[in-house]
Amino acid sequence: MVIEVLTFTIDGLRPQAVTVEADLRRGLPSFTIVGLADRAVAEARERVRAALVNCGFEFPMRRLTVNLAPAHLRKAGPGFDLAIACAILAASGQIPTEPLARTAFFGELSLGGEVRSCRGALAVAEGAQAAGLEALVVPPDCAAEARLVDSLRVDALSALSEIGAVLAGESNGDEGDLPARREPGPVYRPDLADLRGHRAAIDALTIAAAGGHNLLLSGPPGTGKTMIARRLPSILPPLSRAEALEVTRIQSIAGLSSDGALADQRPFRAPHHTISAAGLVGGGAVPIPGEATLAHRGVLFLDELSEFDRRALEALRQPLEDGEVTIVRGQETACFPTRFALIAATNPCLCGRGGKACRCSEPELTRHRQRLSGPLLDRLDLVVGVERPSSAALAGEPLTTSAQVAERVAGAREVQIARSGCANAQLVARDMLAATVCSAAATSALSRAYDAGGLSARGRDRALRVARTIADLAGEPEVTVEALAQALGYRHESDRLGSR
Amino acid sequence: MNDACDRCTRRSWLIGRLSAHLDQIRGNRPAIRGVLALSDRKLIASLGGREQGRITAQWERLDPAAQRQQWQSASTFAICRHSRSFPRSLGDLPDPPAVLHLYGARDRFDHLISSSASVALVGARRASADGLELARELGRTLSLCGVTVISGMALGIDSAAHEGALAAGAQTVAVLACGPERAYPARRKRLHSELAERAVVVSELPPGIAPYRWAFPARNRIIAALAQMAVVVEAAERSGSLITAEIAADLGRAVGAVPGHPSSWHSSGANALLRDGAHLIRDARDILDDAFGVENVGSPSASREPLPLPPDLSGDQKAVIAALDAGFSTVARVAEYCAGVAEVVAPLTELELLGVVERHSDGNYKRL
Repeated sequence: MVIEVLTFTIDGLRPQAVTVEADLRRGLPSFTIVGLADRAVAEARERVRAALVNCGFEFPMRRLTVNLAPAHLRKAGPGFDLAIACAILAASGQIPTEPLARTAFFGELSLGGEVRSCRGALAVAEGAQAAGLEALVVPPDCAAEARLVDSLRVDALSALSEIGAVLAGESNGDEGDLPARREPGPVYRPDLADLRGHRAAIDALTIAAAGGHNLLLSGPPGTGKTMIARRLPSILPPLSRAEALEVTRIQSIAGLSSDGALADQRPFRAPHHTISAAGLVGGGAVPIPGEATLAHRGVLFLDELSEFDRRALEALRQPLEDGEVTIVRGQETACFPTRFALIAATNPCLCGRGGKACRCSEPELTRHRQRLSGPLLDRLDLVVGVERPSSAALAGEPLTTSAQVAERVAGAREVQIARSGCANAQLVARDMLAATVCSAAATSALSRAYDAGGLSARGRDRALRVARTIADLAGEPEVTVEALAQALGYRHESDRLGSR
Repeated sequence: MNDACDRCTRRSWLIGRLSAHLDQIRGNRPAIRGVLALSDRKLIASLGGREQGRITAQWERLDPAAQRQQWQSASTFAICRHSRSFPRSLGDLPDPPAVLHLYGARDRFDHLISSSASVALVGARRASADGLELARELGRTLSLCGVTVISGMALGIDSAAHEGALAAGAQTVAVLACGPERAYPARRKRLHSELAERAVVVSELPPGIAPYRWAFPARNRIIAALAQMAVVVEAAERSGSLITAEIAADLGRAVGAVPGHPSSWHSSGANALLRDGAHLIRDARDILDDAFGVENVGSPSASREPLPLPPDLSGDQKAVIAALDAGFSTVARVAEYCAGVAEVVAPLTELELLGVVERHSDGNYKRL
């Protein structure tokens, strides 16, 4: 008799249904798992056998074959244990077969029979819902996360010995054992009120948040570049429920969140500069998401931009433009979402002192400039210098709070969405002209700056977009000359205003 | 074409042959200068080591005519100290080079050195943007005034001085620490070929010889001796350009230095020279006055007035100008000075667009 039990595996970020088939027949006792399984799945044999026996079930002393279908899909991870155990139990008549058709199983088994949590419960629950199933049996630690999906019964199973009761519908897991939802108590959140001084940097951060612009902070070490970047999530618009589900799903698959609550903060990822291209955009034999995807709907912060591997930065360019990245490895293809705000920070030169105190030689400065060029830099709309705050500023009051800035940002975003349907940074060339109507003074100032020859065409385009955002923040219908001048003040070093 | 006697040809060959050995000399700079003053045989005896016999044999068997032919085929010209066109100023040295190897047109050398006034413009390899700009400006103005700019083509100040001179009249001479036809540093290859084409490159070392450590202070003595005045544009505490200044002072030449801020790391060496009595150099006119005694010595050199401001500036723009004039030059400092202005980036950039303010690559704004 062949028994079929449903479970799900994560392929990239998508859930894929996997049918676990168990077949028992006469012959020498053996236990074989087939169906393109990786090591963790092959090891399930030992875990399942021990768990069954230790929970008082009988392990059938016959020829046992378990097949994971579809056979072409590469299956990884320990999440199949529970489904395999259920298939064996049903095949040997120890549990009823009838509820199995409407239920999916997901979880890892311990040798003693406890059900352990696995990564990606939210995605699995979404898959079960999409497949039209009634119920999903998961480890208790994953239940809260799986319950984020509507119209699906989620049963928490803490040990394999309780499987009979759960399938009979007698116990909906043990609600008492569920981890408590995260208390909305006082949690420390980075806030702009933590900063002293840094007026230009806060202005630039506000503009970046309002228009979706990518930002480069340039300044000596220890001046607060990381501290400033850390506060961008606090002024971005709050996550919508759909966005929060996306973020939670990604974090669950990457094993970043453990409490099962819906994400309520935009992610902030700051990978070290030694990261590889695959680590940044995703990769691996079985493609797994990279930092760009972990920062989806949040902020990706690249500190010491000039130290990053050039290939890694090049790899980031296309995901930055398209909002997603497709990884092809052998027979596997995975598509990961990558919509994030990029903040980069760099020292002004190799010695890091900058300005008059700099001790770099000419070739060192040239090398630093060369490392900081390239297509990725073109995608950074704003460049702002971060200086050491004066002692008066450090002793003084904060200039603003995240709440105040977040309100202005949200207002400016609304104006942009109403006008062009996207943030100013995402304006396509076709809509640029209509969206960035300039006042007469601004038009003449811009053409003067461009005709002097120092401003590149791309630099002009960046200035226009940023000026549009500044005008939106100020509530101006047209791009004013003040907005344009401020935008030009955040230009790249290679863009010059004079003829020299 | 070559203008070197047999004795000097041998001598120059020997210096090239021993250049690797000369690097073994440990100790201070006077030591190397003492060695360079030795006679040929003593030089071989003191430096030859195990190769002594072989070098002596080579030296005795050397065919000067063939050697000169070889130098000529590297398109360099040799002038020995017995030649009429050998710069007489080098005779002031206790250890003058026997032969100068020229790369570039020879008649230009005569014009640049023997019939023109000359000033050495030297400074640090690691120079600030301001220092480089000033070196370029000094090189340009001096060259324009018909004063030959002598320097060492090193990275930083030296190259900037040559570039400035090339931009105006090409009145300049580069003295190298390797064979004159070798572009060292390699990064200055284009500058080197332009100098050879439009000015002249000279060296004590025959063509083909690589740069050795000893050759740099030795080259500095030639720079110091060729020029009537040595000007240090920017030098840190232990810069090689201070050696040039020291030798120039020993030779009785005038020494000048461009002052820097007391706390500036870049200018600590130049400031120390000023403390020791060097002429204070603000611009090319100071150099001309000090070196050649133009009549208005002592009159305050005009530090350039900033450009006149347009009449219709806004209040914010005026406040920002006031901050710049008070010495606050970065965005944060200007913002602190102009407490009443909500946003200083916009007025600063507006002034930039008007052409009265300039932003430097280090983020400092300056009035033009």
